[in-house]
Amino acid sequence: MKKLAIGLAATFALALAGGAQAQSKYPEKPITMIVPFAAGGPTDIIARIVGENMSKTLGQQIVIENVAGAGGTTGITRALTATPDGYTIAMGHLGTFSAAPATYPGLKYDPINGMQPIGLAGGTPILIVARKNFEPKDLKEFVAYVKANADKVNEAHAGVGSVSWTTCTLLKGQLGVPKLNAVAYRGTGPALNDLVSGQIDFMCDQIVSVAEQVKADTIKAYAVASAERSPALPNVPTTKEAGLPEYQIEAWNGIAAPKGTPKEVVDRLVAALDKALKDEGVKKRLLDLGTVLPSAEERTPAGFGALIKRDADKLSPTLAAAPK
Amino acid sequence: MSEMIAHLQLGFGVALSLQNIALAFAGCLVGTLIGVLPGVGPIATIAMLLPITFGLDPVGALIMLAGIYYGAQYGGSTTAILVNIPGEATAVVTTLDGHQMAKQGRAGVALGTAALGSFFAGCVATLVIAALGAPLTKLALLFGPAEYFSLMVMGLCFAVVLARGSILKAFCMIMLGLLLSTVGTDLETGQERMTFGFPPLSDGIDFAVLAMGVFGFAEVLRNLENPETRDVVRAKIGRLLPDWNDIKQSIAPVLRGTAIGGTLGILPGNGAVLGPFASYTVEKKLAKDPSRFGRGAIEGVAGPESANNAGAQTAFIPLLTLGIPPNAVMALMVGAMTIHGIIPGPQVMTKNPELFWGMIASMWIGNLMLLIINLPLVGLWVKLLQVPYRLMFPAILIFCCIGIYSVNNQPVDVAFTALFGLFGYILIKLGFEPAPMLLGFVLGKLMEEKLRQALIISRGSFMTFIERPISGGLLAVAVIILVIALLPSISKKRDEVFTE
Repeated sequence: MKKLAIGLAATFALALAGGAQAQSKYPEKPITMIVPFAAGGPTDIIARIVGENMSKTLGQQIVIENVAGAGGTTGITRALTATPDGYTIAMGHLGTFSAAPATYPGLKYDPINGMQPIGLAGGTPILIVARKNFEPKDLKEFVAYVKANADKVNEAHAGVGSVSWTTCTLLKGQLGVPKLNAVAYRGTGPALNDLVSGQIDFMCDQIVSVAEQVKADTIKAYAVASAERSPALPNVPTTKEAGLPEYQIEAWNGIAAPKGTPKEVVDRLVAALDKALKDEGVKKRLLDLGTVLPSAEERTPAGFGALIKRDADKLSPTLAAAPK
Repeated sequence: MSEMIAHLQLGFGVALSLQNIALAFAGCLVGTLIGVLPGVGPIATIAMLLPITFGLDPVGALIMLAGIYYGAQYGGSTTAILVNIPGEATAVVTTLDGHQMAKQGRAGVALGTAALGSFFAGCVATLVIAALGAPLTKLALLFGPAEYFSLMVMGLCFAVVLARGSILKAFCMIMLGLLLSTVGTDLETGQERMTFGFPPLSDGIDFAVLAMGVFGFAEVLRNLENPETRDVVRAKIGRLLPDWNDIKQSIAPVLRGTAIGGTLGILPGNGAVLGPFASYTVEKKLAKDPSRFGRGAIEGVAGPESANNAGAQTAFIPLLTLGIPPNAVMALMVGAMTIHGIIPGPQVMTKNPELFWGMIASMWIGNLMLLIINLPLVGLWVKLLQVPYRLMFPAILIFCCIGIYSVNNQPVDVAFTALFGLFGYILIKLGFEPAPMLLGFVLGKLMEEKLRQALIISRGSFMTFIERPISGGLLAVAVIILVIALLPSISKKRDEVFTE
């Protein structure tokens, strides 16, 4: 009888506390992280590396779900229209969060006002690369050559909405040759193949995709479009050093949740991401990919949100006017 | 030569460690199983198993993933032969004669021939990769958009000329396949085409959805029509392994298939898809009595299956030597390598020799394991055919649905498959072969892409296809085939041979 009384009292106490603790118990079941691209791509790799460590911190598995399509907007749309309970989050990138509103007029989500940013997971520098025997020797010559031979030069990209398309469209806009011949490929791989074999003159792409080719001297790199040189390719100058300082763009990847996700849940996710990015193993893997680790500011929702807005403002005018 | 032996020694040293043998075995077993299940393809499986490999060393992880890949290629032909469902684009051709053989009670022979042919092709391909991997990449680099387009034009010309039944119907089905492939977002402009504003169509129709529909679901519908004549099970199972006569008939097709598949597999842009089809058309052309094809000719299984396996393996050449993935599965392998800290590129061979040669050695071991796994299982697979339809059909449908859902995690894909199932049923009723449509569909996307790339590079000049020597040569072959087929005397004979 006494046991029963204690049991009842305990149940009652738990029931009372239950309401208050429901949120702090998050997560109680596996979390789905939607990656809006095919498995194996740069965003997927970063999601898996970071997600694995976050799973340990949160005590629940983060399941990566690859929902590819429409330049990543299909997957992000699904993630951002899910119940805002923290069990569906997304790993998006420069394209899906900053460029998509200008690229896709019928976009069904608003990354600036209709989304809860969590934090930046990593930035990937953009490289301007060209076929090995392309005439210009450095970035200055390249700029002059492209302007003078706009009717002859061919640029490769991985499809409208891709990082290579977005970043190269920005470059062409800044060089004043927006209508330069652009050849579309399905993905970076085939585009790189034709660059190595010399069918195409140049392209812009993430350092992780092209660094090994540059190191092996099958293609050449003119510049990296970030503030500092990349440890992955220390001999490649920055655009600032090489004479095109206004071309600054990074293909970052970051985590976001649907708008209305409870603050406690957001805090847990932010803390887990921050912890993952402080882990030596995670750091080494990301750095090996040529990733730039985000600053303390960029790991917060506010900092990440500001980055999304800044790049959206930078890209929108060029992308909206780009010939598609 | 001695250098190659030293390299292979290093490779076998790595691949023959107990852990790596176990991983190769696990990969091949899982691969075979998912290959046998209709719809669950290697891409979905490798993506799902990627996290498991985190704890392994890179070589072991890649050996296992590679095992899944070629295990699935092999398992896919099992389903193609037994239940007429190609699990992979490369198994479409196997349905033509393999399933007919099964209907005649020769399922075991077909499976055995496929296994032995694949093993032989795999051994040759492994040696080719070891000896010629590096120089062969030059071939891959010779193929620009124009060459690729011409190659596919040639392939489609072969397909029309050598199709079974009415040439007009085959032509219509190829055109329909090409048209279906144009649905979705335009690659150059980002505009949506023929999607009717329906978002799930914006990325086009998935191969798995179309293939599962017109083959899998439609086949089930067709069989439901007359439950009395269970064509597959009706016949006795018969011998499980090919006899001397079968082997004699198969040797030449296996050799030719290996050469064709191996060469096409090296090309960028998923050339391996063309391998089985090219091999099938070559065998049909060379056969003394082409009318046997489509009615259970063993050459129609031996050639394409060898081509398939050879291509599956030589497709690793661009990945391992150039660092450029030629198809979606290889792109996933790039991801797996990258996660393990090895970024694929031209330097993998010199910087990570144990990985490069270990993988090559493990390919041969994997092929041996596939043979060991599959030959004893042939009897088991064939027994599956005796499972009553009331159990087998729901199982096929459920596995198809799971497989389709797992490709993109989109429920709407399953609904599409059902629609294509109805469509496929109508095609069967009207006497249209779905295989040419699937070929047109598979090649259509690539063809359009390559055509437009070539034209943009040439600033709109169609002369580029003729001026470039390789491209011009391929087109010349295509024209010659068409002319021969349309010459009155031959086309008359063709009608006799091909019209049923």
